[in-house]
Amino acid sequence: MPQVSLTVNGRSHTAEIEGRTLLVELLRENMGLTGTHVGCDTSQCGACVVHVDGESVKSCTMLAIQANGAAVTTIEGIAESDGTLHPMQAMFREHHALQCGFCTPGMVMSAIDLVQMHPEGLTEDQIRHGLEGNLCRCTGYHNIVKAIAAAWPIMHGKELPLAAE
Amino acid sequence: MGFEGIGASVRRKEDHRFLSGRGSYTDDINRPGQLYAVIRRADRPHAKILGIDTAAASAAPGVSAVYTGAELEADGVGGVPCGWQVHSKDGSPMAEPPHPVLAIGKVRHVGDPVAVVIAATRQQAKNAAELLVIDYEDLPAIAAVRDAVAAGAPLVHDDVPGNVCFDWHIGDKAIVDAAFAQAAHVVELDLTNNRLVPNAMEPRAAIGDFDRSSGEFTLYTTSQNPHVIRLLMGAFVLHIPEHKLRVVAPDVGGGFGSKIYHYAEEAIVTWAAGKLHRPVKWTCDRSEAFMSDAHGRDHSSKAAMALDAQGKFLALRVSTLANMGAYLSTFAPAIPTYLSATLLAGVYTTPAIYAEVKAVFTHTVPVDAYRGAGRPESAYLLERLVDVIAHDTGLDRVAIRRLNFIPRDAFPYQTPVALNYDSGDYQATLKSALAAADWDGFPARRQAAAARGKLRGIGISTYVEACGIAPSKLVGQLGARAGLYEVANIRVHPTGSVTVLTGTHSHGQGHETTFAQLVSDQLGIPIDQVDVVHGDTAKIPFGMGTYGSRSLAVGGSAMVKAMDKVIAKGKKIAAHLMEASVEDIEFKDGRFSVAGTDKSKALAEISLAAYVPHNYPIEELEPGLDETAFYDPKNFTFPGGCHICEVEIDRDTGTVTVANMVAVDDVGRVINPMIVEGQVQGGLAQGIGQALMENAVYDSEAQLVTGSFMDYQMPRAHDFPPMITSTENTLCTHNPLGSKGVGETGAIGCPPAVINAVVDALRDYGVRHLDMPATPQKIWSIIQANQPRMAAE
Ligand code: FES
Ligand code: FES
Repeated sequence: MPQVSLTVNGRSHTAEIEGRTLLVELLRENMGLTGTHVGCDTSQCGACVVHVDGESVKSCTMLAIQANGAAVTTIEGIAESDGTLHPMQAMFREHHALQCGFCTPGMVMSAIDLVQMHPEGLTEDQIRHGLEGNLCRCTGYHNIVKAIAAAWPIMHGKELPLAAE
Repeated sequence: MGFEGIGASVRRKEDHRFLSGRGSYTDDINRPGQLYAVIRRADRPHAKILGIDTAAASAAPGVSAVYTGAELEADGVGGVPCGWQVHSKDGSPMAEPPHPVLAIGKVRHVGDPVAVVIAATRQQAKNAAELLVIDYEDLPAIAAVRDAVAAGAPLVHDDVPGNVCFDWHIGDKAIVDAAFAQAAHVVELDLTNNRLVPNAMEPRAAIGDFDRSSGEFTLYTTSQNPHVIRLLMGAFVLHIPEHKLRVVAPDVGGGFGSKIYHYAEEAIVTWAAGKLHRPVKWTCDRSEAFMSDAHGRDHSSKAAMALDAQGKFLALRVSTLANMGAYLSTFAPAIPTYLSATLLAGVYTTPAIYAEVKAVFTHTVPVDAYRGAGRPESAYLLERLVDVIAHDTGLDRVAIRRLNFIPRDAFPYQTPVALNYDSGDYQATLKSALAAADWDGFPARRQAAAARGKLRGIGISTYVEACGIAPSKLVGQLGARAGLYEVANIRVHPTGSVTVLTGTHSHGQGHETTFAQLVSDQLGIPIDQVDVVHGDTAKIPFGMGTYGSRSLAVGGSAMVKAMDKVIAKGKKIAAHLMEASVEDIEFKDGRFSVAGTDKSKALAEISLAAYVPHNYPIEELEPGLDETAFYDPKNFTFPGGCHICEVEIDRDTGTVTVANMVAVDDVGRVINPMIVEGQVQGGLAQGIGQALMENAVYDSEAQLVTGSFMDYQMPRAHDFPPMITSTENTLCTHNPLGSKGVGETGAIGCPPAVINAVVDALRDYGVRHLDMPATPQKIWSIIQANQPRMAAE
């Protein structure tokens, strides 16, 4: 069986896997990182989003072997080591941007990437379109959009030039 | 600590675990030695099973077992039971055909489970399931209700003639007929309520486990009501007594009704675990969920209203065909009848109502409650009908509603269709919504839109619904095979912290926070001293679970009752400790005090004395401070309100954009406004989804066309504007909290408001009604078809 070596949340990990093993399967089943969820089988829901070398990726759509040598960050790896939440996590809580929590890990990982990609600012419309790949059945997205807009200034250390709302 | 009691938007206790990836959903659980089950399902809607060759699958690598319906039947496994029995007009009970756990003899819908393969890995089980050879003889099939009742339609069950499960009615036909005969106007409308797939983001999953030393089974499952599953599966399917069956529903990723029911897969994994003496796990794929989770809605109705010359409603007549799917799901018969037709008075004084419901079997996935469960269907019917009345008679849409509202001082109000509304103020929610939506400013916005080449419309709906299901005696008379009380255990620990055990279940509603607030408020302790436990039959005394927005109204009331007992016992202990008489003890803000003195003791001092009863009235009082209450509600609760939607239509593409969505609801006493708002927003999103995009489509051969997120349009973030929500509350008069429920209001009030807005936008195109979903294709076709006339004008 092929071998894969990668770094997950700062720790290196090597595993023997079947070639067809998906990254999400490696994370959930092999490494016990069950924060990354599977909500569909057509690459549409985004519950499985993680960061691979800093970019958000649907881990149900990537073979584990493709992540060989990569640095992967999952929802379990974004808070500070003392447990302080990442600003995006904190704003999701503050703005009640989660209900059942199932879409939340993928939503948070996508949102972090979205904010990082837009240092120039983000409009409400850009946030809504930026979440194209993430489904939430509970919240109606209203509070997710608010939370992302609220996390932007904290993550960039300046005021959000174009207020999202 | 800041204010954490009733009325505070406390941030949720459960969020830290969900935000850190530390939730524990069923598929996150793995038991030592676990095997994996994969289910082979029918790929066709209706066929005889001539044979199943399991040889190759059984011999495939890693396979432990392959089971078909025959093995389960031979082992005495029963069918999936239905929890509600409806009787037809003639008094005969509904047809209740067998619903085998794995198909026996025939398959009756795409997705009907035929065989299960259990293997060491999921992949091995999947591979082996492909090797099953099933020999079918195809039979003709029907998916639509109208086709099912047509003469000569293929039968779903050989012994159910005409595919009719029951033919039920409510109300007084003679009075209604007489009113129609006298009416100044009669307005008729035919409409369908489109079939939906609930699509909670967490797919269903189940793990069966068997402990050989104790003989106890455990089922971990994605359920909204673990005790109900234990009852149904234990008593009817697997014949395991309650004390040998534990059902755990851990973190559950959304339900919306679809996780109420007892599903075949739960029985399969539990039974197989007993056979194989190994844990067996099944996790649903999304595509599999589309053809195995109970669907929602799918009603086809004819409605007619009789009016006097001024527009007062005199009588309503409704006849509905309701799709049950191929088998009866747990609550299916109750949805179009007792949860829908009983709401046909709506917020109006219509004095006479007669409704008939024919429930029919089709070759489709079973249909059951989905967010709102029957009430969205009646609200949609009524609120569309009222708009069509306005259209046909030329009366103003708002004025006609106002004219017919049940006035604020008319409560308690007895409707002609059984329900007795306890409270409400429909003028107040209407007034507030009209202001929030700037109703009067609409003509200017319409004009501005027209200048941009867009069609703008505004729509309103004023609705009432019934929550807090429900008085056990009443529902028993109506055919429920269970009581619908709720249970709470308040366990005050020796040092004064509290564990709350509740029979309700949270799968997104935030119970861990709301209930902690309630307990904190009543017992005067910080919420971090209160933990709420749900979802495990081994921990919680009993319970009926969460659906129908019942958790606070019924479950919260049970908590209040249990806390009253805690306080009453605490007073006796306090009286003893402070050498006063019980009548003189007062309890406030977490302290027991002797009236008129400065003597007092904290709850923690009382609980310590209760568990370390050295100085204690031990002759009269048992030690401990741990009280349980069963609360049986006195009535349903009746949330209501007004939703207003504004849309803009692109003429060239037919695309509808929601420009504004306002909801003003009356939900009774609010514990946590932030959570209430979130519930409304989520409900509105599902309501807009139903109105504009979602649709479960079967083709004429009963193949499911919308079988994945590729084909079934789920609402996404950019489908919505910011939502404007608020409450105008009147209190429920018959429960101790005054709370009514909020989980479903959005999905109930919103769809008619959206369609009313779409029809309003198309008013120049001669549109009187269109069925949901209002897709671009549908609207584009209307615009195209009417263009010549428009051009001529
Ligand atoms: S699991 Fe749905 S996109 Fe990956
Ligand atoms: S919070 Fe439940 S799916 Fe998003």
